[in-house]
Amino acid sequence: MINSLFLINPSGEIFLEKHWKSVVSRSVCDYFLEAKEKALEPEDVPPVIHTPHHYLISIYRDKLFFLSVIQTEVPPLFVIEFLHRVAEMIQDYFGECSETVVKDHMVMVYELLEEMLDNGFPLATESNVLKEMIRPPTILRSVVNTLTGTSNVGDTLLTGQLSTIPWRRAGVRYTNNEAYFDVVEEIDAILDQSGTTVFAEIQGVVEACVKLSGMPDLTLSFMNPRLLDDVSFHPCVRYKLWESERVLSFIPPDGNFTLMTYHVNAQNLVAIPVYVKQSISFFECGSDGRLDVTVGPKQTMGKTVEGVMVTVHLPKTILSINLTATQGSYTYDNGTKLLVWDIGKLNPQKLPNLRGSLSLQAGAPKPEENPSLNIDLKIQQLAISGLKVNRLDMFGEKYKPFKGVKYITKAGKFQVRT
Amino acid sequence: MTDSKYFTTTKKGEIFELKAELNSDKKEKKKEAVKKVIASMTVGKDVSALFPDVVNCMQTDNLELKKLVYLYLMNYAKSQPDMAIMAVNTFVKDCEDPNPLIRALAVRTMGCIRVDKITEYLCEPLRKCLKDEDPYVRKTAAVCVAKLHDINAQLVEDQGFLDTLKDLISDSNPMVVANAVAALSEIAESHPNSNLLDLNPQSINKLLTALNECTEWGQIFILDCLANYTPRDDRESQSICERVTPRLSHANSAVVLSAVKVLMKFMEMLPKDLDYYGTLLKKLAPPLVTLLSAEPELQYVALRNINLIVQKRPEILKHEMKVFFVKYNDPIYVKLEKLDIMIRLASQANIAQVLAELKEYATEVDVDFVRKAVRAIGRCAIKVEQSAERCVSTLLDLIQTKVNYVVQEAIVVIKDIFRKYPNKYESVIATLCENLDSLDEPEARAAMIWIVGEYAERIDNADELLESFLEGFHDESTQVQLQLLTAIVKLFLKKPTETQELVQQVLSLATQDSDNPDLRDRGYIYWRLLSTDPVAAKEVVLAEKPLISEETDLIEPTLLEELICHIGTLASVYHKPPSAFVEGSRGVMHKRLPARTGSGEGTECPDVGNAAGGSAPEAAPSIIPSQGDLLGDLLNLDLAPPTTTGPTPSTSGMQMGGMDLLGGGLESLLGGDIGGSPAMGAGFGAAPAVMPASLNAPVGGGLGDLFDLGGGVGMPMGAYIPPKTVWLPAMKAKGLEISGTFARRAGVIQMELVLTNKAMSVMTDFAIQFNRNSFGLAPAGPLQVLTPLGPNQTIEVSLPLSTVGPVMKMDPLNNLQVAVKNNIDVFYFSCQYPISMLFVEDGKMERQVFLATWKDIPNDNESQFQIQDCHLNSASNKLQGSNIFTIAKRTVEGQDMLYMSIKLSNGIWVLAELKVQAGNPNYTVILNESKYISSLRFFQ
Repeated sequence: MINSLFLINPSGEIFLEKHWKSVVSRSVCDYFLEAKEKALEPEDVPPVIHTPHHYLISIYRDKLFFLSVIQTEVPPLFVIEFLHRVAEMIQDYFGECSETVVKDHMVMVYELLEEMLDNGFPLATESNVLKEMIRPPTILRSVVNTLTGTSNVGDTLLTGQLSTIPWRRAGVRYTNNEAYFDVVEEIDAILDQSGTTVFAEIQGVVEACVKLSGMPDLTLSFMNPRLLDDVSFHPCVRYKLWESERVLSFIPPDGNFTLMTYHVNAQNLVAIPVYVKQSISFFECGSDGRLDVTVGPKQTMGKTVEGVMVTVHLPKTILSINLTATQGSYTYDNGTKLLVWDIGKLNPQKLPNLRGSLSLQAGAPKPEENPSLNIDLKIQQLAISGLKVNRLDMFGEKYKPFKGVKYITKAGKFQVRT
Repeated sequence: MTDSKYFTTTKKGEIFELKAELNSDKKEKKKEAVKKVIASMTVGKDVSALFPDVVNCMQTDNLELKKLVYLYLMNYAKSQPDMAIMAVNTFVKDCEDPNPLIRALAVRTMGCIRVDKITEYLCEPLRKCLKDEDPYVRKTAAVCVAKLHDINAQLVEDQGFLDTLKDLISDSNPMVVANAVAALSEIAESHPNSNLLDLNPQSINKLLTALNECTEWGQIFILDCLANYTPRDDRESQSICERVTPRLSHANSAVVLSAVKVLMKFMEMLPKDLDYYGTLLKKLAPPLVTLLSAEPELQYVALRNINLIVQKRPEILKHEMKVFFVKYNDPIYVKLEKLDIMIRLASQANIAQVLAELKEYATEVDVDFVRKAVRAIGRCAIKVEQSAERCVSTLLDLIQTKVNYVVQEAIVVIKDIFRKYPNKYESVIATLCENLDSLDEPEARAAMIWIVGEYAERIDNADELLESFLEGFHDESTQVQLQLLTAIVKLFLKKPTETQELVQQVLSLATQDSDNPDLRDRGYIYWRLLSTDPVAAKEVVLAEKPLISEETDLIEPTLLEELICHIGTLASVYHKPPSAFVEGSRGVMHKRLPARTGSGEGTECPDVGNAAGGSAPEAAPSIIPSQGDLLGDLLNLDLAPPTTTGPTPSTSGMQMGGMDLLGGGLESLLGGDIGGSPAMGAGFGAAPAVMPASLNAPVGGGLGDLFDLGGGVGMPMGAYIPPKTVWLPAMKAKGLEISGTFARRAGVIQMELVLTNKAMSVMTDFAIQFNRNSFGLAPAGPLQVLTPLGPNQTIEVSLPLSTVGPVMKMDPLNNLQVAVKNNIDVFYFSCQYPISMLFVEDGKMERQVFLATWKDIPNDNESQFQIQDCHLNSASNKLQGSNIFTIAKRTVEGQDMLYMSIKLSNGIWVLAELKVQAGNPNYTVILNESKYISSLRFFQ
């Protein structure tokens, strides 16, 4: 099972180590640091590294490396999933996952890690359970603790750990009972030069924020559940009922959780909300080129496209650029050759355009590679797949909860080739 | 308020101040101090000096403080074992606490303290906790057994904890079941042969029930455990599949992949015409696709596994090509894996799309990726014939870009396309030749030279082109030199008149000025061929080349089967069997896919596991090894013909007494010797008992040859050496094939081995060891394999043996059990050595002694055999070569009698009488073993 965990910052410094079995010397990280040196980008470090006596499995998240050491045959996905949980746990407890935050809460992080694994076996990874054992820091609590001398650690037995619904604790009480669901869809797409869709799919997720008293039993149904190609559920969802009736029936965890994720990849179903007209060209002779990009709305179902942003990795041989944007503003970092054009809201009457000249370094040949444009966008109140929640029913409790559903469409890995 | 305050150092000794604070009366101050200590510990500072002070804080009812102290204890107990004992009492007391949380915490922490002295005290509390009324305590205790096993395995067995753990598999609480399974799996890993996880239909049922209710991590453990089970029949297999399928919809990708493993394995048993089989196939695709939208690290592991799944069952993902399209911002390790799978999925239906994508990739930034993309285009051409033309034109477009590494890769793959479709695309040669000067990588240069040589008759200035390469002949790599030599010889055979000078130049360069034996030998062979028989040279050098097969770098079917059983593990990421690399898993059992069993009555099939070999995929695709063998090379083929495995040596046991065996051995020696038939020698190891019968077989020209040699030299020649037989087939040894024989040379027994690497990876670190055997054979020195053995390489080694090793009677007597180790694993095989090898040189007995001895030996020790069809005259000479000495010869009643003596390496004398009836070619051999050497009894 998982032997040790090291947290490493981008400059290669180890700032936290935790061992669940015998102590593994931190020198084992040298193999990783070596691989990190070789990789061009931190993202390119291979996730599984073989050393003479150990295996190093790492993830790169929030600009930090989470590196685990294993010694026996352990499913790598198991380790990677766990590492992501650690990152999520830090995010959840302290609001962000960064080196500073971990250093500020070193002891609490250490206590949490101790609760998450026992001898390398996962013990408590559900945020609800953890929070019951070790209360997250709040300003109020730290004041109270200092005054009264009570601690952050809960000393009641965790009811959730023992029941068959480990994700929910007993005795939850709220004055306002509310249940909110966010249907968030991300479009992953590759468009080719002419704007034709090479590949497109939708990754959807239903995030829930449920604050209901007692043991509510919820049933959520969709207008068109057959749209979904593949679904994965939070453990609370009763799979059999989904199989037979296509409804989500579950006793929810308390607070925020991901109810389900889904996948739509039948291509004809994926509407592409924007089109991009672009040309990046370099003159055969001389050391100049031109860039001309226009973005316009396409299939938006009558909604406004917001937060549009175009990111381009320009070729390395570019010396300087001189562009003008008709809408929004652009930034260019000559070190990373990253051009970011922040457009904002799309106005169908007046299409935003960015154009101008690119100059190459003197004597540099015409760049061979074609840069890709990455598009970012957001559409409120629309699930682009057409998925709609039909109704939410509650059983098991008497009160009448307040219910709400929100839809958002975003761009995931949305790129346009040039 | 943050913890960073704990890191502020004071001017005065930090440890000193902490000590004072730890001993403070105020609870709050104590706690803060312990926190500071922990904070220092987490960043690797040594705070072990505070051990006694921290342990003193343990007696508290404050849970947080207790936990903090426990954290500290786990870290430093090892370095302060004596002090740690002080904590034991508190632990034991806490294990009795009314609060289950405290009980669990205590037993959990105790298990983490890796100090022998403490483990003794742990046993009793642990036993109680394993039977605790509270499931939370039980599940914690289950893991604790695994911890304890890690520290002291013997103790765990002696205390019977393993049985208690097995009982927990039937626990009412699913979390306890999951943890018990996890603990048992971990323990089983270090005990490959123990039957810890004894799976039967009842326990499987319990696991399947627990599967639905336990945590995501527990599900992974249970699924991995299920994957080790072999269902009795297809019905059971189907019902397990049905209950596992819902796991495919789990949010945790590790659960999904473990479920895929179980399904992939058990599917093997389902009849293909079953509706459910088709349904299952359809259900597998969506979750695999979804894995690809997860984080890149998860994608990577998923892709490595999908690569296996696609090879095993391409139908699952054949419609999902698009999800493998590479995104601009994928990490490089994901890009390369996706590309690999795209080629595997390429078919006539989707080739247009794939090609368009590949062409797109060839203009990306990352050099490694671009190279692989170009290569992929070539592989598509070879795989999908209809697309070849389009691929070639795409490659030509790419060559026009003049990007150096793109051009080189393109030329390498075009060479392969020429091999696959000869005489079809030669029109592009002109374009290729234009880029001759820009090639600087050996592989590309060699490919270009091959093309020029192969199509020399169509290239007007082929001689000029090749000559230009010849100028810097000695600076080229071997690959290029060999190619150049062959290409020029081809050119010469095609255009003899103009190129005589060139061919002489290259031959002299290769044979006289080169240090490389391969190059030299090839040069000499060509030279000899050209000078003796140009027609034959033409036949050899310009021979029709076998077509290359379409699928490249597939995993060998046996390995693939094993890897399918290991989906989701490190083995599946590395595409190597687990035994090849994981240190912790000592002697892992090889997992095999279960065989498809007959449906219908549902009769039990007891040898399902064993029959696995029979379930090889219907159409095992042939594999092209990446390197050509020597012969292929010589014939100018870069790809060797598909490898075949040698015949398995017969391991049928021989039920024979030592006496008989010795007789049999001798007889066969005589037979082999006199008959000179190689088949005899080969047969010897397996079945001496049938020797007389096989002697009837006509012995051809080999006989005359042998005798000629024997007679011509007129002096004792080397003993008979049986031809090499395959002792260890590659199938059984992860690609290492060992064949060999034994010989006696200059009084030293030699084991002559031929090691062939038929695997895809390099083998190193060879070592050999013998089990105790009848004649005390032992290696006299280490196995001399100094260079790593590359794929498809063969090496011959001779291992001198001594006869001073430990002795143990084997059955059959001349059986030798050998262990060969390399960097991959240890392999065991047994072989049988000819007894004749043991005959020593000083085995000639004095006549008188002979007579006396003969009489002394009781008749019980005598045995008789008949050999047929032999010549007597040269026999004695020949026999002497094998250290069988003729003592006397006489003629009695028309019968020729030969008396012979043999001495074995352990000092046993064997006396023989050879009776030959005139006119009757049959021999009667009477063997007498001397009895007065007491050790003889030992063997009988």
